[in-house]
Order: sequence, then structure tokens, then C-alpha cells
Amino acid sequence: MKFVAVSSCPTGIAHTYMAAEALEQAGKAAGHEVHVETQGAAGSVPLDPALIAEADGVIYAADLDVQGKERFAGKPITDVGVKKAVHDAPGVIAQAVAAVEAARAAGTAPAAGAAPVPVAVTPARTVGVGHRIRQYLMTGVSYMIPFVAAGGILIAIGFLIATVAWPSNGAIEVTKVVDGTNGAAFAKWIADGFSFTSGQSWAVLLFWIGKWAFAFLVPALSAYIAYGIADRPGIVPGMVGGFAAGLVGAGFLGGIVTGFLGGFLALWISRWKVPKGVRGVMPVVVIPLLSVAVVGVLTALVIGPPMKALNDGLSSWLSSLSGGSAVLLGVILGLMMCFDLGGPLNKVAYVFATTGLANAASTSAAPAKVMAAVMAAGMVPPLAVALATAVRPALWTENERESGKSAWLLGLSFISEGAIPFAAADPLRMIPSFMLGGAVTGGLVMAFGSGQLAPHGGIWVLALISKPLLFLLALVVGTVVSALAVMAMKRLGQGSDAEIADEAVTRPTVARAA
Amino acid sequence: MSTSLITPDLVAVDVVATDRDDVVRQLIDKLVAAGRVTDADGFAADVKAREAQMATGMPGGIGLPHARSQYVTTPSLALGKVPGGVDFGAPDGPATLVFLIAAPASGDADHLKILAALARRLVHPEFRQSLTDAPDAATVAEIITREVVPA
Repeated sequence: MKFVAVSSCPTGIAHTYMAAEALEQAGKAAGHEVHVETQGAAGSVPLDPALIAEADGVIYAADLDVQGKERFAGKPITDVGVKKAVHDAPGVIAQAVAAVEAARAAGTAPAAGAAPVPVAVTPARTVGVGHRIRQYLMTGVSYMIPFVAAGGILIAIGFLIATVAWPSNGAIEVTKVVDGTNGAAFAKWIADGFSFTSGQSWAVLLFWIGKWAFAFLVPALSAYIAYGIADRPGIVPGMVGGFAAGLVGAGFLGGIVTGFLGGFLALWISRWKVPKGVRGVMPVVVIPLLSVAVVGVLTALVIGPPMKALNDGLSSWLSSLSGGSAVLLGVILGLMMCFDLGGPLNKVAYVFATTGLANAASTSAAPAKVMAAVMAAGMVPPLAVALATAVRPALWTENERESGKSAWLLGLSFISEGAIPFAAADPLRMIPSFMLGGAVTGGLVMAFGSGQLAPHGGIWVLALISKPLLFLLALVVGTVVSALAVMAMKRLGQGSDAEIADEAVTRPTVARAA
Repeated sequence: MSTSLITPDLVAVDVVATDRDDVVRQLIDKLVAAGRVTDADGFAADVKAREAQMATGMPGGIGLPHARSQYVTTPSLALGKVPGGVDFGAPDGPATLVFLIAAPASGDADHLKILAALARRLVHPEFRQSLTDAPDAATVAEIITREVVPA
């Protein structure tokens, strides 16, 4: 086969070239032709468009955003990062061969020799705005994933231990023992309540450690989106902005906004022409001071108030709906649960359900059914991505496939955040797919009439849910629908990359930062 | 090219080092002594920042700390042979050959091309082996100059 590849690394003097050499050598050894464009500090010679046209597949061994991605539109892309290419080039070549074969089997890859997309003949020093935005998002997501995995799995383990450690309702009891966000209360619990030999104590502790890790989700996402844009100066405004977005209830979508805001602000300030004497204090004082102040003020005053209004409005709207059609209410709650995965809409739906529980005498009461619908819908997004990555691994990057595996556990534990890495990386395709599945599940649960009195716990509280088999059926149907939608949207996207590329030619393009 | 990438002065054989910061520091001191780096602390901080982004250990016992830095005046390579090994975060164990690449913040393309050529050579096991086998500093410098720098 023939491959073209792009390599790049943070410094641009070592790994870029080692990866290029390693890929060329490994390709030769395996009987493939590999041509590498080294986007490093020594400048890069763009790949000959004829080579790109002939290529069967594309390899990105790049830690920076690949410049001129539109040239490769429609070809199967293997995205591994520069380190993997240096350490295991033969493995990368094998992976790229597998990706080409998978794409051929799926009928999505144009045959080698197909006409190059129009943009391929233009100078390749530009990259589409859409692709750049996606690259920034991906940077943020890749740094956030470990927090999701660590926090989510710890919470799930907490639930798991709790179901054994308490005689009944363990997954509920574990959340009530102590408020882990209250430092004084938690310290008191450690001193007075914690026992080394008690399963309950360990369940509570692990649960809250997981929650603490989750507290960094949005700050990390925001910080590293900003880092992707502005490099190191972006981290501080991004992180503080993400924290503030969480505080005012704007969720991960708010965190994406603060990430872009903080990043571009820091980038802009860092490009000011300043006297030599001031230059030294720019990175340690001026850039962080100004960017944090602006991002903080905007988040508190501009993002915060509409969030509160949205919250209040939605809450009263939901209350007004609860008299009407139960199925419609289930659908709407499902849509809300899956829209922002822990953000304002999700929170309104969840709080609406949990506060209703106070009025539910049994699992057949209406509020109990609402709770069941909300929980089932909230389990759909992580389960859907887990299913989609398992069924169609070729559509995903290696990171995404790994995240997909842990998403099974998170989804079963009703930890919707497990899907955030996917939603944040590609919101326009993922969120509607999640909402579709959530709506199906929410509506079905209401139609079936499953009810529950537990506010959390996912599959671990199944024993407390009435009509558990129908509850599971609703969950499975919504998950499958959502996974199918996710895969269809991914495909759709691949087809439209050529259009994006066309757009990139006519639109003003942004010169690459730094 | 008036100054070469590496000279025997910049090669340290039989380095004994406690950790990667230690060996980097020893190599930086050589660069400072040769007048190729103006501020040892400043350059050390830049190298450390780069190392923190992603460990530069490679399979085959290679550590490759590097940075572009305002404190570098001449693109340079300093090489330390560490028979005892020092961890550079490679999956297969400690590094016995440590290459410290120093590039100026605003290097011209010719210099950077030489560094690129060096990076490409490093991937080849024969090249690394020849350096490991080289008996003294002068041979090491001679091999690198011959293999990397264009005639």
C-alpha cells in the first residue's frame, strides 16, 4: 500500500524527524511506501498532491494540529501521536493498513488514484477553521479523559462496594453519609466516622474521591482547550474560567466557551508589542492577571445570569408539563438529560426528578416514574458510545476506543459524564445522537411505567426499580438507537469533509499560531 | 558552517548520574563551558519544561532531552554515555546514551536541518550502536559529524 503521513512534535526539532524516519523505515520493511511531511521547526515541504492522490491511507504522527488536513479528506486516517510512531513504527504501519482495509470493507474509502480534492493543489500552509476548532477541542478532551476515567470508575467502585456493605439500598446510602464537598464535615467524618475495617467507610471514601476528580472535569477541559490555542499562557485563564463556569452552573458547554475565551485572550495579549523591560513579566504577571480578570468577570456577569434564568424557567416549565402526557414528559426529560451531560439542562431535569421523589409514596407514583425515566436516559450516552466504539472501532481514535471501554461501567452506574469526552470533541454530531437515544429511553420508561425511589445508582439499584425488565428494555432500545445514530453521524461527517475543505479555500484562513 | 554541531569537548563518557536532571545538568555545564549556552539555569528550565510535556526516552536506551531556548547561541549536541543508565521515561528501561540537543529560539533553517538529520539518524540502531561502541569522545564527535553534517 501507499501511505502519506504528517509528523510534528511540541519542539519541532527531534521527535518530528525521528517519527518520519521510523515510519519510512518501518513501511519499507513491511513492503509499503510511506511519504512523510515533517511539520517541524526546520520548515516543511508540502507533500506532492500526486502522492496524496495515490495514497491508500493517511497517518498522523502529530502532537500539534496537522496543517492542511483538508488535503487528506476522504482517506482513511490513522491518528496516533508522535510518540507512538517513534516507539513502535511497525505497529503504527500495521494499524494504518488495518484502517485502510476496514474503510474498504465499509465502502467509505475512495480507491487510490481518485482525483485529489480541489484544495490539494493550493499551497498547503493553511487549515480550515472548523478543523482548528476541532483540534483545540481534542486537546482539551485528551487532557480531561484521565479525570473522567479515574473519577467515574472510583464512583462506580464506591457504588459497587456499597451494594455489598449495606444490607439494602447501598448505592443510595453511600451518598448520604457525609458531604464530601464540605471540608469541615468531611474532616469530622474521617475523625469520627471512618473505620479501616468498614466496607461502608471505604465505599464512602472512594465515592467522594471520585467526585473530587470529577470536580476537575470542566476546569481541565477549559484549561487545555485554552492551552491548545495559546500554549502555556492559556492554562491559567482556561482553568479559572472552567472552574467559574462550573460554579455558575454552565456545565461542560460553558467550560468550552471559557476555554476558547481564555485561550484567544491569552494568545492576543501574548502578542502585544511591549517594551523590553515589561517583556520579562508578561508571562508571569501581565498575561495571567489580565486574562483571568476578563474571563472571570465575563463568566460571572455574562454567562452566569442567563444560566440562572434558564434554570428557573426550565424548572417551572417542567412543573407545568407534569400534568400532561407522561410519555411526552419522559421524552423531554430524556432530551434534557442527554443535551449537556451534567450541564444546566441536565441538572434541571435531574433536580426536577429528585425533588419530586419527596412526594412519591411508592414506585407506582408519577414522580417515581419520572425518576426512573431520568436515570435511564442519563445512562444512555456513555452506553451508546461504549457500544459504538465496540461495534465500529475503525471510526474512532485509539484514545476514544479506550474511553469507550470505561464508558460501559460509567453508563451502567448512571454517570453521564462518561460521554463528555466524546460530546466535547464533536458536539454537533454526538449531542443530537445522545438526545435521540435519551428521548427514546425516557419516553419508553414512562410508557412502560417503571418507577424507582432511588435518586442515583444506575444498574446497581435495579432491584429497587419496579418492572425492572421493561426498564432494561427501554435502556437497551435507547442505547442501540443512540449508538446507531452516533455511527451514522460519524459517517455523514466523513462524507462532508470534502465540503469543509472546499469551504476552507474560499474562506479567509488563519495563519498557524506559533 | 563555521562551528560544528558537536566537538569532543561536548562528549562525556562514563557519566555517573543520579537522575535525568543530574545528567542534563552535567551536559549543560559542558555547553556553557564551550560558550554555546549563556545561562545554565535558564536552559535547564527550558529542557525540563519540554521533558515535562512528554518524556523523551526512546526504546534502545536513548534519552533525548532537548529544547529551543533563548539561552542557546549555537545549535549544539552534547552527548553523555551513562553506563549505569538513567531513567528517561522510556518503556523499556533506563537510557545509557543521552543526547542533549540545544537549539536557539530563532535558529535559521540550515542549523535546524542538521538537527533534523541527526534526529533521523538516531532512529537507526546501527548508528546508536556505533556511538555506544566508540572508545572515546573524539571518535563519537567524529562519527556524528560524518554521519549527520552534510559535506
